[in-house]
Amino acid sequence: MIPLDHVIGLSAILFAIGVVGVVTRRNMIVILMSIELMLNAVNLAFVGFNRLWPVGPDGAASYDGQIFVLIVITVAAAEVAVGLGIVISMFRNRDSVNIEDVSLLKW
Amino acid sequence: MTVPVFLFYLFATLAVVSALAMVLNTRNTVAAAMSLVVTMVALAVIYLLLEAYLVSAIQIMVYAGAIVVLFLFVVMLLNLRSDDFAPGRARLSRLAGALLGVFTVGEVVRHWGALPAPPPLPEGFGGYRAVGIALYTDYVLLVEMASLLLTAAIVGALILAKRKID
Repeated sequence: MIPLDHVIGLSAILFAIGVVGVVTRRNMIVILMSIELMLNAVNLAFVGFNRLWPVGPDGAASYDGQIFVLIVITVAAAEVAVGLGIVISMFRNRDSVNIEDVSLLKW
Repeated sequence: MTVPVFLFYLFATLAVVSALAMVLNTRNTVAAAMSLVVTMVALAVIYLLLEAYLVSAIQIMVYAGAIVVLFLFVVMLLNLRSDDFAPGRARLSRLAGALLGVFTVGEVVRHWGALPAPPPLPEGFGGYRAVGIALYTDYVLLVEMASLLLTAAIVGALILAKRKID
């Protein structure tokens, strides 16, 4: 039996690594990759909790966590498609993927 | 320590190490994307160990097969030789990262052993048949919403990447 608190701990560690990537990196593509890492950490927590409570209140098997993971994967795919489109148009206009070069909306 | 538990710790270590390699690699964006693939595959193995078979297969197909390939396409299309950008507020963000890391490890250690042992599973748990039936009966509205979202994303990506709109 895999200890589930360690699964949730691994999820928290991966999420923290993703946050550090978003905060410290200047490359827009690596920031998008770090967001993917954070989404993966959340997926791992969902699968772990589904393993912990596999039976719904009516006594039948419950797959709420795993179906949430499938939806999160869909959202991640959509987000990457749009995000990389933004990266390409940003590179076309500014000739750079450094987020310091697109600070027009920054306060 | 049984074999699945040993495999869990092995692949958990692999996932953390390759995630760190992705975030800390400031020289080569292609290598960062490859580290991301290693993390995704390690997580797929952990899903297998947690008996989420369909999710594990989808993880390999969509993440390692599609999303990371999209990243690699863009990196090679833009021909980014290196991304060693001048650090801006580097000291402040590193301090924030270190604080977050200490906090996360502290929370993990504080909750060590807090969750109960996982219960035994019903027959066929997490397989294609069971999850597929749940997906197309109770959650069919969610599937339709996901398809709408994907359509919107395709149209949006096309408009963004098009050079000029006629």
